[in-house]
Amino acid sequence: MFKQIEGSKAVAEAVALCRPEVICAYPISPQTHIVEALGESVKSGALTPCEFINVESEFAAMSVAIGASATGARSYTATASQGLLFMVEAIYNASGLGLPIVMTVANRAIGAPINIWNDHSDSLSQRDSGWMQLFAETNQEALDLHIQAFKLAEELSLPVMVCMDGFILTHAYERVDMPSQQQVDAYLPPYEPRQVLDPREPVSIGAMVGPEAFMEVKYLAHAKQMQALERIPQLAAEFKQVFGRGTGGLTHTYHGEDAETIIIAMGSVLGTVKDTVDEMRDGGHKIGVLGITSYRPFPVAQVREALAHCKRFVVLEKSLAVGMGGILATDVRMAMSGRGSLRGFTVVAGLGGRAITRKSLHKLFREAEQETLQPLTFLDLDWNVVNKQLAREREVRRSGPAAENILRDIGTVASKIA
Amino acid sequence: MPFQQIKFYQTGTFTVGNRLLNPEDRSVQSHQDRSNAINSGHRACQGCGEALGARYALDTALEATNSQLIAANATGCLEVFTTPYPETSWQLPWIHSLFGNTAAVATGIAAALKVKGRREVRVIAQGGDGGTTDIGFGCLSGMFERNDDVLYICYDNEAYMNTGVQRSSATPPAARTATTMPVGPNPGNEFGQGKFVPAIAMAHEIPYVATATVADLRDLEAKVRRAMEFRGARYIHILVPCPLGWGTASHDTIRMARLAHETGLFPVFEAERGELVSALPMRMQLPVEEYLKPQKRFAHLFGAKPKLDVIARIQQRADRNIRKYGMLKEEVL
Amino acid sequence: MDKPFAITLDPGSSLANHTGSWRTRKPVYLDRLPPCNAGCPAGENIQGWLFHAEAGNYEQAWRLLTQDNPLPAIMGRVCYHPCEGACNRGQFDSAVGINSVERFLGDEAIKRGWKFGKPGMTSGKRVLVVGAGPSGLSVAYHLARLGHSVEIHEAGPLSGGMMRFGIPKYRLPRNVLDAEVARILDTWVTLRLNTKVANIEDSMRAGNFDASFLAVGAHIGKRAYIPAGDAARIVDAVSVLRSMEGEDQPMLGRRVVVYGGGNTAIDAARTAKRLGATETIIVYRRTREKMPAHDFEVEEALQEGVMIKWLSTIKHADEHSLTIEKMKLDDKGFPQPTGEFETIESDSLVLALGQDVDLSLLQGVSGLEIKDGTVQVGSNMMTGHKGIFAGGDMVPSERTVTVAVGHGKKAAHHIDAWLRGAIYEPAPKHEPVTYDMLNQWYYSDAPKTVRPMLDAIRRQSGFDEVQGGLDETNALFEARRCMSCGNCFECDNCYGVCPDNAVIKLGPGKRFRFNYDYCKGCGICVSECPCGAIKMVAEEI
Repeated sequence: MFKQIEGSKAVAEAVALCRPEVICAYPISPQTHIVEALGESVKSGALTPCEFINVESEFAAMSVAIGASATGARSYTATASQGLLFMVEAIYNASGLGLPIVMTVANRAIGAPINIWNDHSDSLSQRDSGWMQLFAETNQEALDLHIQAFKLAEELSLPVMVCMDGFILTHAYERVDMPSQQQVDAYLPPYEPRQVLDPREPVSIGAMVGPEAFMEVKYLAHAKQMQALERIPQLAAEFKQVFGRGTGGLTHTYHGEDAETIIIAMGSVLGTVKDTVDEMRDGGHKIGVLGITSYRPFPVAQVREALAHCKRFVVLEKSLAVGMGGILATDVRMAMSGRGSLRGFTVVAGLGGRAITRKSLHKLFREAEQETLQPLTFLDLDWNVVNKQLAREREVRRSGPAAENILRDIGTVASKIA
Repeated sequence: MPFQQIKFYQTGTFTVGNRLLNPEDRSVQSHQDRSNAINSGHRACQGCGEALGARYALDTALEATNSQLIAANATGCLEVFTTPYPETSWQLPWIHSLFGNTAAVATGIAAALKVKGRREVRVIAQGGDGGTTDIGFGCLSGMFERNDDVLYICYDNEAYMNTGVQRSSATPPAARTATTMPVGPNPGNEFGQGKFVPAIAMAHEIPYVATATVADLRDLEAKVRRAMEFRGARYIHILVPCPLGWGTASHDTIRMARLAHETGLFPVFEAERGELVSALPMRMQLPVEEYLKPQKRFAHLFGAKPKLDVIARIQQRADRNIRKYGMLKEEVL
Repeated sequence: MDKPFAITLDPGSSLANHTGSWRTRKPVYLDRLPPCNAGCPAGENIQGWLFHAEAGNYEQAWRLLTQDNPLPAIMGRVCYHPCEGACNRGQFDSAVGINSVERFLGDEAIKRGWKFGKPGMTSGKRVLVVGAGPSGLSVAYHLARLGHSVEIHEAGPLSGGMMRFGIPKYRLPRNVLDAEVARILDTWVTLRLNTKVANIEDSMRAGNFDASFLAVGAHIGKRAYIPAGDAARIVDAVSVLRSMEGEDQPMLGRRVVVYGGGNTAIDAARTAKRLGATETIIVYRRTREKMPAHDFEVEEALQEGVMIKWLSTIKHADEHSLTIEKMKLDDKGFPQPTGEFETIESDSLVLALGQDVDLSLLQGVSGLEIKDGTVQVGSNMMTGHKGIFAGGDMVPSERTVTVAVGHGKKAAHHIDAWLRGAIYEPAPKHEPVTYDMLNQWYYSDAPKTVRPMLDAIRRQSGFDEVQGGLDETNALFEARRCMSCGNCFECDNCYGVCPDNAVIKLGPGKRFRFNYDYCKGCGICVSECPCGAIKMVAEEI
């Protein structure tokens, strides 16, 4: 059924169709609308049986989900940014214990400076946490990925983050095809836990494991994600059979077949990228797109295949490994190691909600084609401001807080939204 | 008092068992077929009060629930000494997640059980004083205020013992720990700091709050049983002496707990919905020196020139408890 | 369930880890000798029978008690209960009323008609017991239980010895005495009354006895030389008390003076009071503190109106008066004359200055040693003549019923061994348990139950029993005050307080066992054992 609906609401409805049994809610923008909608569903009796718990922190949210999941309940929560960081200890614990929790991450920047707008710094900071991370390009995909995520998580006994861009998706009203309960029930079987706390068969979960077995436990987690690389495309195919839509999977290519230049990105920015590519194609440019849906596990083989015949690639990412450069780019370059003639460019863009415009992308992609790009580029960086601050710091030891100085320099507040 | 004081003139009701009592009046620990929630072979130190307290509490809870019980456990001694791979001592379904989230994990378990319609299965969360009064305090308070159907048990040995005896917010004044050394002008832990979580639990007006020690098994069992009669958030705070951290002989564990109560330093009481309903009277009111002297963590108060002023301040704390909680015999509520 | 590797484990699997290897010292269970048992002249296992009495198993308690002492109802009235003096509970609140529980059990046995079992085998040996007093009855009972055939020859017309002829009825009702004697005779013991043994060797030969036990007691009242007028009436206390059993009660008059300071003096004075004396005075040469009589008996006598003149000796007796000299104690506590005299009115003077033994039956017996009027015996109770044993008041010892019963038991074991050509080796005594070995915290306050006493008025006019017994509730209460010193009473403390579940509870009556696979040797069980029945020993390495 088609609906014109806010992204958060769409996700909430999809999650509700998955029959979650325990939902933990703690408000943080831009995730809050999702749990608000779910809370209303539970409170009204529309979603039942389900326990909706207003917890006192994200750390508690994940911890409640851990307890519930370990007791055999399908468990869900949502968070973003600082909230994700506040629950980090529990994030690692959930994956370490192999609990198939599904969590929406409404991607948002991490402070300081505090910033509520979108980039991918939050979930990418959990790159090595043992969670799988699926990135949605559209609200329809966000909705569909949640249904696939429960199935994936429960089959493998590993938790999954469904990542969707804060505000850009969560707060956008779009038309989505909302599946029926029958469709979801046909696709997603009831949760059968691999291990469960039950007096009928007592076990101790969460033992202390020393050097004699710790490596093996960690390897097994890795092996699980490697299995997921096979399973994710299958789940997408099965999904298409039931729902009639080809969403999910590990990667998507767009005009990849003859592209000499391939732009690699995750999330909603792929829309702008594709629009730009369409326009450049019209101008005869051999340019294509590789969208990464599964960031973890990272689809090395699919990336290699997608880039097998291009001459150069640009990783356009909403994240920064401070002191190094790209985060996604590092993975892509690792995937392409050994391909000596291939040129790779890292472009850090859109941090803290900075708009990524078609205009900027046109310029960027042309420079890439001409290979005049620096290996690491910060898209639309205001060098004037940066240089002033750097100069100030060189001259005055106690030059004051950088963010406030910059705001004073540019005489504006908050972000630039084109 | 919710529990029956059985008059028995050979030994009172203070021993663990008593062949002369009616079977239904006997303690859980005296049963030949008690659960032994923590099995033999655990790696607790000799004379560990926490191993004892946890078995006392969980065996009682298991009996009260007909073994329909799940436990969540904070990181700490109790977790480490019971579950080093490849062996576990626990005989009931048990989970360890993190140091500071045990109350929340238990909330999740309770929620799962509720949604699955398994109301007969009850949930206990447990941790040491560090995991309860410090790092786990946020989750604990959240669980309390939501009135989640969880009994949280704190085994209080008054410091971070697992990491090598560092101060917690449950460490008493003047006590030596690795982070409150007996040096400088105010040796040992500072006066005027710390918190008494049972009182904070009462402030949440949860259905049931109680304190107990490993020295009075019958009282402890009665309180666990009582706690299991309620739905909603419950809290029991059990004093469990630590021979290692307190610097006491391994055979003195129960004696130290007894002295903590008999000097008034550790009030043993219970409260329902925020109101005190009973206090266990002292049988022999003893001066605090009796309790302090055998402990090496207070050794700096004695020696050639006893620090009488510090001892007097500790005595004041005891006197205040005695007054506040009505620990004298004639003041029993 | 298909458990994930390492992080999820099977329940209780830590049993594989034997923590017993950490131990350098280990606890062991032991039985220690409680002070009551140590102090009982009859060798009763007091703590043992109280254990059964506590549970209301009175018959079992009585059976255990009578393994050592066949006369509990009598003991419960006349024993001076050194057990209570030794009782550790005396340091806690007040001693357990062992004597009153014993009496309750004895009375209960009479009431319920409990009998001794017949011995299972017969040895074919015959033993002659001379005298049917407490030691004679005791030895006969024990020998009979050991399978020997016993005959008691009693010179008098009635059994009981001093229990009948020395202890007044108001302390020991005769129906109680008769009942307990009859029960002994119900075993393989034959009693021949009015059968005086003139010569022991002759009697043994005549009756074909393999051994004999002499227990003729000390029935001859000691006389002191007191200058007296012809009309002065002077009698001895033993005779007075004995004549109370006959048809004719002694005529002592309205004012009676008893001379002496022992229990017999008290008995005589209290008897005189009951016979109608308006004034009964005990004259004693030293002070109350020095008086050998038991203080509670002195107290009871005073309650009944008996007067006592301390620090006084009798210098002369006349028909209706006595001359008394005041004494004073010297530095060593001996009374010395002061030269001050006074006269008191008196219709009769009763001498209670001690008793002598009638040794006539031993004339001509070889190897005997007589010293200070008593027969000397070895540690095995045998006289210098092989096969002739002796006990009770006729051998050197404290002269109490309980000591006599103890002699009988001890002698019986030695006689039994001697008859088999063996030597009796008593089991080694357990180490004693002192008050500091108990964990007193576990004992709740429970003061001693006071037995009812007959009111003073009725005590002055009749021979009704002065001290009442406990009813069942009281007796049970009293039995349960026992702290079970040094002997496990299955309180489950060790089982409960072990942090390592290393104590195995074996079930009712079977006590406990340590599981040394897991015991880490912390010693909490030792500290928290209420009764001191566990100790730590070094681990053998």
